[in-house]
Amino acid sequence: MMTEALLLQSVIVLPVAGALLISLAGERHKNLREAITLITAVLLFIAILLLYQGIENSTHLVLVIIEPIAGLSLALNLEPLGLLFGLICSFLWIITSIYSIGYMRTNQEQCQTRFYVCFALSIAASMGVAFSANMFSLFVFYEFITLITYPLVTHRGTEEAKRAGRVYLGYLLGTSICLLLLAIVWTWSVTGTLDFTEGGVFADSDVSPGLLTTLYVLSVFGVGKAALMPFHRWLPAAMVAPAPVSALLHAVAVVKAGVFTVVKLTVYLFGLGELERTGAADWLLYVAGATILIASLIALRQDNLKARLAYSTVSQLSYVIMATAILAPVSIFAAAIHIAVHAFGKITLFLAAGSIYTASHKTMVSQLDGIGRRMPWTMTAFAIGSLSMIGIPPTAGFLSKWYLLQGAFTVESWVALSIIVISTLLNAAYFLPIVYAAFFREDKDAQVTHGEAPFTIVLALTLTALGTILLFVMPGRLLSLVQLIKF
Amino acid sequence: MVWYVVLAVSWGTLLSAYQLLMQVLEQGEIIYFLGGWAAPWGIEYRLDILNAFVLMIVASIGAIVMTFAKRSITKEIARDRVYLFYTAYLLNLTGLYGVVVTGDVFNMFVFIEISSLSSYAMISLGRERQALMAAYRYLILGTIGATFFLIGIGFLYAMTGTLNIVDLRVRIQDLEDTRTVITALAFLTVGISLKFALFPLHAWLPNAYTYAPSVVSAFLASTTTKVYIYVLLRILFSIFGTTFVFDIIALDWIFLASALLAIFSGSITAIYQNNIKRMLAWSSIAQIGYMILGISLVSVTGLLAGIIHLFNHAIIKAALFMCMGCIFYRFDSVQLSDLKGVGRYMPWTMAAFIIAGLSLIGIPLTVGFISKWYLVMAAIERDWYWLAFAVLAGSLLAIVYIWRVVEVTCIQSAPAKDHPEARQPHMKEAPLSMLIPLWILVIANIYFGINTELTVDVARQSAEWLLGFK
Repeated sequence: MMTEALLLQSVIVLPVAGALLISLAGERHKNLREAITLITAVLLFIAILLLYQGIENSTHLVLVIIEPIAGLSLALNLEPLGLLFGLICSFLWIITSIYSIGYMRTNQEQCQTRFYVCFALSIAASMGVAFSANMFSLFVFYEFITLITYPLVTHRGTEEAKRAGRVYLGYLLGTSICLLLLAIVWTWSVTGTLDFTEGGVFADSDVSPGLLTTLYVLSVFGVGKAALMPFHRWLPAAMVAPAPVSALLHAVAVVKAGVFTVVKLTVYLFGLGELERTGAADWLLYVAGATILIASLIALRQDNLKARLAYSTVSQLSYVIMATAILAPVSIFAAAIHIAVHAFGKITLFLAAGSIYTASHKTMVSQLDGIGRRMPWTMTAFAIGSLSMIGIPPTAGFLSKWYLLQGAFTVESWVALSIIVISTLLNAAYFLPIVYAAFFREDKDAQVTHGEAPFTIVLALTLTALGTILLFVMPGRLLSLVQLIKF
Repeated sequence: MVWYVVLAVSWGTLLSAYQLLMQVLEQGEIIYFLGGWAAPWGIEYRLDILNAFVLMIVASIGAIVMTFAKRSITKEIARDRVYLFYTAYLLNLTGLYGVVVTGDVFNMFVFIEISSLSSYAMISLGRERQALMAAYRYLILGTIGATFFLIGIGFLYAMTGTLNIVDLRVRIQDLEDTRTVITALAFLTVGISLKFALFPLHAWLPNAYTYAPSVVSAFLASTTTKVYIYVLLRILFSIFGTTFVFDIIALDWIFLASALLAIFSGSITAIYQNNIKRMLAWSSIAQIGYMILGISLVSVTGLLAGIIHLFNHAIIKAALFMCMGCIFYRFDSVQLSDLKGVGRYMPWTMAAFIIAGLSLIGIPLTVGFISKWYLVMAAIERDWYWLAFAVLAGSLLAIVYIWRVVEVTCIQSAPAKDHPEARQPHMKEAPLSMLIPLWILVIANIYFGINTELTVDVARQSAEWLLGFK
């Protein structure tokens, strides 16, 4: 269908065009520049909503952009899982844009134009990941995300930021080039195709379990953005970036691109059936489980708020991977839902952390005593986000945990069940004390006079907190979208 | 004035090279007897897909570099020697073209010497005194290489009585067991390997590229090594043949080992360089390793990877050296420590450097990725997974040395205030006459990474032809 092709193109073209206009507007026309960012974000979201409208009668169109090597093309298509990722990213981009305006101006960050340009481009690349029709396209956009977010991570230009940038590039490019690319070329030489297909590309090609396991290990560890241990160090390092970057990119776009890639290649490249037959994914359950627990334990000991959130992200990402590794359809739903709900919950937490920094320049958990009374909106949102991380109703975190438990029951994996229970306790142990201290402890420092952060910041984080609750109250749309995933 | 003449010559030869390539693609080999003397008595010029392609590489780099050269030359070469540069450059071009088109080994040797002698002269034109020493060192080692090559030819002539490549191929098949022929192969291989700086015969290269004027480095790095690798292909595949070279002598293992050593030692040494030109020179040694690695796999895909990397590396390295030309033009230095925050004065130059650097690393949608893809494919086809991994790990080292430069030049903490001589009038973007050729190459880096029809097709045909599948 014509419109579908047009819409698919526009998800890449819109943010790129936005980036161009932003760079033209430049530092001189600040208001115009930020208006362009917002308008682009809204347009992009509308485009994806339109795609969502048409998903029921999608034509399975594959839009080939270019074909560098015969049979190996850069191509886009529409598919429920990718659509979900695209919807979340583009919606949260709108909110983060509102937030950035307040944050960047109040904190007087340098090179703001570069910031907005790179931001828009990284959204474009994320959209590419979301709508990739084959593994090669996904890889291309995946690499592009890494490169274009690098200037955002090193935005401050300090020695510390440079070091973080090195770790960031080293881990992400290192794993993707050495492991993922190797797996891709290898898969290509075995099967002759990299197209995402229902049931996977190995379906009829009886490859040996050994080979399939090797390929799967290379692929999963190759996706460094999924922050599976031992390749997780880049994520805490990236926290040196400004808060909007940590919020949208390192809680949503970049890391979700990582776990999304893992889910996508498990379902559409390797195929659940084939993985189950060969047992090639059995090891992943344990690695992901270990990552969940170890990262939570590390998070417990972090005093820096953003570092604690980062390790919490590492742990939460592995929920998605563990859900994928269970290989049951219902656990794949859990993985997809968790991508969505964690996005809302974690972005709320990061936005709150940025809000605290903007208003009070506090970065440590131990400094937050009594801050809830000065910043009620921020800290209430933070509390909601925390509840969602733990998985307590009425927040969206409960949804994914429910499906994840269901998945673990269907395959009778007691290991997975106990990991979920222990980690829920750990989550509570490192989030609830913050909430408690913020609202119920006395503020020792009597001289503080700050109140709430600027309006746009508070608005943004209130919206995401609301979203976290709404997803729990009205999960219908989300669930029906997820159930369109075919295996 | 002189520049316009040289420029016209460069673009003119590019035009004929392009037409020759098209003609070869359409009609097959072109044969020309010099002076009307039929081969094998006279000298035969023979153009097939492989050398038409190499001819095209040399001609296009020549044309682009010459367009770029004018301002860079006036900056980096003393005024009373500029004419020497242009003369040496034209001689060099002649030599390279001659090596590529000729079908006669002795004629090839003569042209190799023409191009080598003129490149010694070009390197010695560098402003620093070390340029003389670098040129001298290159002269000594280059001459040893040429002598080895000549001895090899002598042995072959003694055994077969012919110098024509096609004729040699026919006659040598009966003589493969003789020690003389084996010795000839050894002399020819070592001689030419010295010329294109195969590890461990690379000692002359870093200094030569570092102290030569940037234009000369850009030109030599992307043409001479490529042409000499072409000569190697001719010797191995067209004269001796795969069975003899690889099955009986097992030269592929030697090439494999030295290619891997080249990749890793070259890249690691590049990481520790402060002078960016020297860093690029070491990177060239590593990249030559990739080309030889492709050849050592002795399969269509491997050879394809090697041949296509001839072209891809030519446009990558020329672009990178031209960036250094631009930076030197404005900042009088290519020492990394002098270049803090250059990116803010020269955004276009540094953007070009980053894109070409990404291409060198092998990021998708650039030419570097295409080479790497086929190289990894070739390794996997032979079930050498460790080698595929090693190739990819090599690109990580490239990330390190490229990113060191990016970090220093483009990311800096404080604004220009802490720069010792902040905002002087000369600190600005390079002139358009330098930027435009540079960006043509950068766009070529992306274009041929997206549309590989021509390059892959030509490389595949050459590879199949060399391996005797056609």
